[in-house]
Amino acid sequence: MDLHLKVEVLDAKTREQLCFLDKVEPHSTIGDIKSLFYKLYPRWYPARQSLTLDPKGKFLRDEEILQSLPVGTTATMYFKDLGPQLGWTTVFFAENIGPLLIYLLFYFRVPYIYSDRCAFTSSPHKVVTMACVCHTFHYLKRLIETIFVHRFSHGSMPLRTIVKNCLYYWGFSAWLAYYINHPLYTPPSYGEVQVHYAMVIFAICEMGNFSIHLSLSHLRGDRSRGRRFPAPSKNPFTWLFFFVSCPNHTYEVGTWVSFSIMTQCLPVAVFTVLGFIQMTVWAKGKHRAYVREFKDYPAVRVAIIPLIL
Amino acid sequence: MASSEEDGTVEEKENNNKKRTKSALTTAWLTFYNIAMTAGWLVLAMAMLRFYIKKGTHKGLYRSIARTLKFFQTFALVEVGHCAIGIVRTSVIVTGVQVCSRIFMVWLVASSIRQIQNEESVILFLVVWTVTEITRYSYYTFKLLNHLPYFVKWARYNFFIVLYPLGVIGELLSIYAALPFVRRSGMYSMRLPNKYNVSFDYYYCLIIVMLSYIPLFPQLYFHMLRQRRRVLHGEVIVEKDD
Repeated sequence: MDLHLKVEVLDAKTREQLCFLDKVEPHSTIGDIKSLFYKLYPRWYPARQSLTLDPKGKFLRDEEILQSLPVGTTATMYFKDLGPQLGWTTVFFAENIGPLLIYLLFYFRVPYIYSDRCAFTSSPHKVVTMACVCHTFHYLKRLIETIFVHRFSHGSMPLRTIVKNCLYYWGFSAWLAYYINHPLYTPPSYGEVQVHYAMVIFAICEMGNFSIHLSLSHLRGDRSRGRRFPAPSKNPFTWLFFFVSCPNHTYEVGTWVSFSIMTQCLPVAVFTVLGFIQMTVWAKGKHRAYVREFKDYPAVRVAIIPLIL
Repeated sequence: MASSEEDGTVEEKENNNKKRTKSALTTAWLTFYNIAMTAGWLVLAMAMLRFYIKKGTHKGLYRSIARTLKFFQTFALVEVGHCAIGIVRTSVIVTGVQVCSRIFMVWLVASSIRQIQNEESVILFLVVWTVTEITRYSYYTFKLLNHLPYFVKWARYNFFIVLYPLGVIGELLSIYAALPFVRRSGMYSMRLPNKYNVSFDYYYCLIIVMLSYIPLFPQLYFHMLRQRRRVLHGEVIVEKDD
């Protein structure tokens, strides 16, 4: 008896047969099918293939085994091209290198941004230099985390999304850098006090954010004890885990709030608010996923703001 | 126990009644809303006609209908709410963009920049909007009442072919006419230095708004054309996936 399966791949839109695979092992995975498909169609590398059992259905994960799917002896799958994909590391790198460099262009007052006689001058205000240090540190930290700390789950992201994200981050950093480094910049109303307090909070939030990223990456790396939800450790910065599911987002919001106060610049505040909304959406999603997966998930925890949100 | 069984069924009936009454309430509200809006825009049309017949000119027409226009156009924000809570099956974003662009034209261009109120382009978009809205709201009204005459359906899905581009031309010409006055007066603008470290130039904002018509208008126009083919000719259109 022939235990092998046949796999037929149709185009999800036109329904034409793209390939017919004979003699497929029943314990092959979707990933194997994608590799075979890639051999026939070299421009569609596995990361940009979406294979579904139903033209409008959810895509099948690479780890799924053919045998466990609801198919007969001939499996019919529908293919959709997800478009060019880029790995997460590349994405994060592109999103963060832009703001880092763009802000510096404004800080050093590269010609054609401000009037000619201001080119390459520097601001008399100390807070402007401090703001540049903070902003640059923030994005350097993110780049280092991207390379050495983060462990990404999904493989890739479509090109269109990356272009959209980069436009957002790069555009906003240009907008806020323009005003902070402008010759007509007005320092904060409460002077040095305002700047110093804001800097302290900034530093605390950056350290907090970094601690959480480290903690999450250890969690991911330590597969030996099965899936667990993140929990506070000896590091005091991780104690925020007692109250929220995503303290990394909480600290990030704190960073940007303190940066807004430090620079007293409305565009920074706008960026903070938009970032807060987006991060709340992410945090709520993550929180819901945790609650669903872990029956013993602490009831006192909320998504992003302790006891409130 | 018998009484608890009874309680169970009574509860179920109540829930079903709640669902049916909610749907009846929704239909009642939507019908009322669409009749009111049809009436409102009819009133506007009558007022515009009467003014023109009496005075023989369009100068001063905008001022005479400005308050009614502001009321009914702003009230259309309610439609965004309808989409958001799901009682109308249209995209919140599409409705939001359309209503916002109307409100922007009325409050931030025509009403606030007096010098352009006698321009022909303003009358053009006013007339276009009036005809479009009367057709649209009466279409919805008849549909909700389950008595839709074919000519109303025909009008709703054919008038826009000419009216949409005409309206866009009227709106763009009006904004263009307003530019010199905005520049000179510096209205709605904020300059450096100020303690919030931000600046805003309404003049350039208007230019960006005009440019945004380029990507947005074709999208809305082709969306309507696709709907037209589906409703009038029963064609099934395969949408291009993003």
